[in-house]
This record gives sequence, structure tokens and C-alpha cells, in this order.
Amino acid sequence: MSSIVIVGAGPAGIAAAELLCSHGHRPVVIDEGERAGGQGYRRPSPDLALDMHALMGSEAGRYEALHRRFAALAEHIDYRPRTLVWAIEGRTLHLLYDGRAETIEADQLLLATGAMDRVAPLPGWTLPGVFTLGGAQVALKDQGCLIGRRVAFLGSSPLLLLAAKQYRQMGGTVAVIADTTGLAAKATALPGLLASPRTLLRGLGGMAGALRAGTPLLHGVTPLAIAGNGHVQSLLLRDAAGRERRFTCDAVALGYGLKPETQLADLAGARFVYDEAFRLFLPETDAFGRARPGLYLAGDGASIGGADAAEASGALAAHAILADLGGAPAAAEVRTLTRKLARLRGFQRSLARAFAWPASQIRALPDDTLLCRCESVTIGTVRAAMAQALGPIEVNRVKAMTRCGMGRCQGRVCGPALQEIVAGASGQDGAGAGRLRGQAPVKPIALSAAGESTP
Amino acid sequence: MSTDGAQFMRVATRRGAAIAVEFDGLPLAATEGDSILAVLLTNGLILRRHEFGSEPRSGFCLMGACQDCWVWSVQGGRLRACTTPVADGMILASQPPAGPHE
Repeated sequence: MSSIVIVGAGPAGIAAAELLCSHGHRPVVIDEGERAGGQGYRRPSPDLALDMHALMGSEAGRYEALHRRFAALAEHIDYRPRTLVWAIEGRTLHLLYDGRAETIEADQLLLATGAMDRVAPLPGWTLPGVFTLGGAQVALKDQGCLIGRRVAFLGSSPLLLLAAKQYRQMGGTVAVIADTTGLAAKATALPGLLASPRTLLRGLGGMAGALRAGTPLLHGVTPLAIAGNGHVQSLLLRDAAGRERRFTCDAVALGYGLKPETQLADLAGARFVYDEAFRLFLPETDAFGRARPGLYLAGDGASIGGADAAEASGALAAHAILADLGGAPAAAEVRTLTRKLARLRGFQRSLARAFAWPASQIRALPDDTLLCRCESVTIGTVRAAMAQALGPIEVNRVKAMTRCGMGRCQGRVCGPALQEIVAGASGQDGAGAGRLRGQAPVKPIALSAAGESTP
Repeated sequence: MSTDGAQFMRVATRRGAAIAVEFDGLPLAATEGDSILAVLLTNGLILRRHEFGSEPRSGFCLMGACQDCWVWSVQGGRLRACTTPVADGMILASQPPAGPHE
């Protein structure tokens, strides 16, 4: 029997595994997490007294259903939690589990690697107390902790409202919800947002909740700085009317939508194309998620779409695997899934306009702003390197010269902003600046472990 | 390495076993299931000082992607504080131990 390996145990990986099992396969499911569910549907450890039902609100039913389905699936798959895939060469996946390296062969490889927050730098963003917006939710769901007592939610994302609501619910104070995209852009995106009324209503409900709670809710802001002596003490921004406003807070949750984790897709040979709506390079696939023979991509790791789209795309990729193994096509199911996925991803494109990546704000950031938090490289250093005679105008060259993107996170955090700074300083669009190439190991691992199976 | 108040505020209790760990020589009470990061940030500590410039850092993404939260264990080398659960008797440090390390 063919060896099918799924990387990731969020909604996409689980939906794919379920379908493959129902056709008699026993896929390997590799999960870097401790427990299945991925980031969005993360399950708290069993001894944490946290009411996930209340916290998930209108998504509670879906959250619980996914975990029930995974529990039913567990004995029919080869589930490997706490396992990192750190390199891929040909059919071989290099794994790290508990400090030990091993390899596994995949005839069909489905990458459902999920996403992380996309962030834009601003002065003061490396202070203790500044975390990603997703991180603010992880601290709560995984550890039962709030990132601070008085939290500012900054960026551009519908999740700003959702996370702020969860924080209020758990006894935190929300200093401000500050969104960089103006209301006019949100109104323009409204027709597209009607493609998923459930999600739209959830967002509007979040706005109403914030207003009821008396939380300042600002649109069209320009973030100026996070200030504090050794830790976050305030957030300074310019509001849509041009007034400078300072909000006292002890933590900032920062998020500008999500970016797919594409490093493994890159190593596995996927091709990338620039997406104007998201202003990101995304892996190229067919409608089923095929990136090349034997390689399938699903979920937010392929294209940001949210949990429902992840499930649909996971199931579609599983259908593609079954068909490629010679199975009979399930035309009706595939048609339904394809339509659903197109609608949900279309909705995300509208969301990407309503909650836009603030390209012009990033291009205008002051020189002394830290861009690469791993290697301490400022925006000014990048601009100065580019301004030299025959200076680089492509991100990988800029990385080689300045070390921006070369540190521990491998450009996961600074990559999108670096792309924007390079594009801005060279008068190009985002596509022209290029994308940081993935490198093995995709996350830092001990040399002693890598030495056991060097790719 | 202390700040005025603890960065993290615990809002849900743990029912796990009480355990003891040590960070930079300071004994800390923890509960089984806590991440190293949660223990340090609910105890008024920061995680580390940045290796280029010594400014304080306390993690960022909290989901194993940014690698900003490395701490060091006497027993087990480098650990990612946000995704590593504490274990009883762990001896942790904000800086790598002296001598050769990876």
C-alpha cells in the first residue's frame, strides 16, 4: 500500500485523514503540537479549568465536533504529536521527535501546515508585553493566561475584535482596539463579505460587543510607537482624524491577518506566485491542492481561508490522493467541496481588503525601527544597503547583505515587512521584491540531531 | 530579571500536580501542564536579554514560530519556552551555560 503522510493536525489535516481512513488507508499524521486541533481549534490541556465552550462562542459546536471526529479517528491513523518535520528531500521527510532525528518516506505527501500571524513592525515592538494576536489567544486557550491586564489590540484583522471579546470575557481590560484599515475600505469590501454571512455577523457582533463594553474602537489608525521602560506601558497612534492618542496598557496584541507557513511546501518543490489580494507569495496548486505529482497542499498553509475552508480543502486534497491512486472519482462530493472552498476563499479575499496589509504605512516607517527582531536589523540598515551603487533590489540579496531574515525565525516574522520595505525603497510592487526562500532546517534544531540524518 | 508586575495574568486554574523549577537560581512554584514561558511570565520575570544589545525579551508569537523565547536548561540544552512544558526539578537559565554549546 502507498505510504500517505499528512503534516499538520488542524481542520485540514483531520478532514483529509478522515476521508483517507474511510477508504481503507492508514495515513501517518505528523503534528508539531502536543494535541491535535491546530492553532485555531487548539485544545487546552485536560487539567486546565477553562470553559472552551463559552470561549469559542458561536464556533463552539464546530470546535467540539472536530475534536470528537479526531478522537474517533485516532486509532485508525499513525498519529505522531510533538514531531517536527525539519527537512524534505525527495520522498524523504526528516523528523525530530523528543530530540531524536528519524526519517519517513512519503509516496503521497499532504502539507496542512497552517498559518501564523502576519505582523508589521513599529518602534517598540520588541518590548516584553508585545505578542502576536494569535499568541494572545494561545496564551489563553493553551495556558489559561492573559498576556496582560490591560491589553491594546492593534493591527488589521477581524480577529482583533474576537480576541478582545475573549479577553473581556475572561476578566481582562481592553485598552483599545485599533485597526489600520479605514471604514471606507471596509464598506467597499462589504459586497464580497456577504458571501459568508455567518462570519460577517460574527464580526459585527464583535463590534457591537466592544461598543457596549465602552472599548475604544478605532479604524484607519496609524501606529506610531509602543513605549515603555523595560516593558509595555503605552501605545501611541494617530487616529483617522489626525490626532495623536496615547493608550495606557501593559500588553499589545499585534496582528495583520495570517500568513501561511509555506517553508515545507517550498522544500518539497511547490512553485510560488504573488497574490495581489493578500500581498503575499502563495504556493501554486490546482483546484484540489495538487502542487506537483505526489505533493498536495491544504488549509491555511496553502491559502488563507479559515477553519471551514481548511476542512473543505483537506477533504478535496484527500479526494485528489484517492483519485491519483486509481480510485473511482466521487464527482458529486468533489463538486460540493469545490464550490464551498471557492466561496470561502473568495470571502477571505474580501476580508483581505476590509482588513488590509498596511503597505504604505510600512513603507513610511522611520529608519530606526527594528525590522528583524532576531538579528537586530533596522529598516534604515536595509534602506542604506539598497541605496549603495548596484545595491540589491531583491529580498534574498538584501538578506545576504544585512542579515535581515537570516536569524532564528528564518524570516517568518520580518519577511512580509522586509518585502514591503524592499519594494518601497526600489519603487517596485510587492511581487518584484521577491520572497525569502525556505531553507532546511525549517526551524532551528540541535546539530547533534541533524547529524544523525543530514539531508 | 524582574519587572514591576507580572506580564501574564492567570485567569484559569490548573488542577495538575504542584512542581518546583529553578530559573537563574530563583526557585519557582509551577503546576504540571504549565509552559516554561507561562511560569516565568506569571512570576514577574522576563525570559532573557537579547544577544545583540541586551534589551529584555519575553517571547512574541507564543506558537513555536518566532524562536524569541529560547531559554537554557542545565539538563537539556536549548528549550523553546512557549511550547515546552515544565517538569519537576528543571533547572533553567536565561543565558546559555558557559562552555561549548550548539
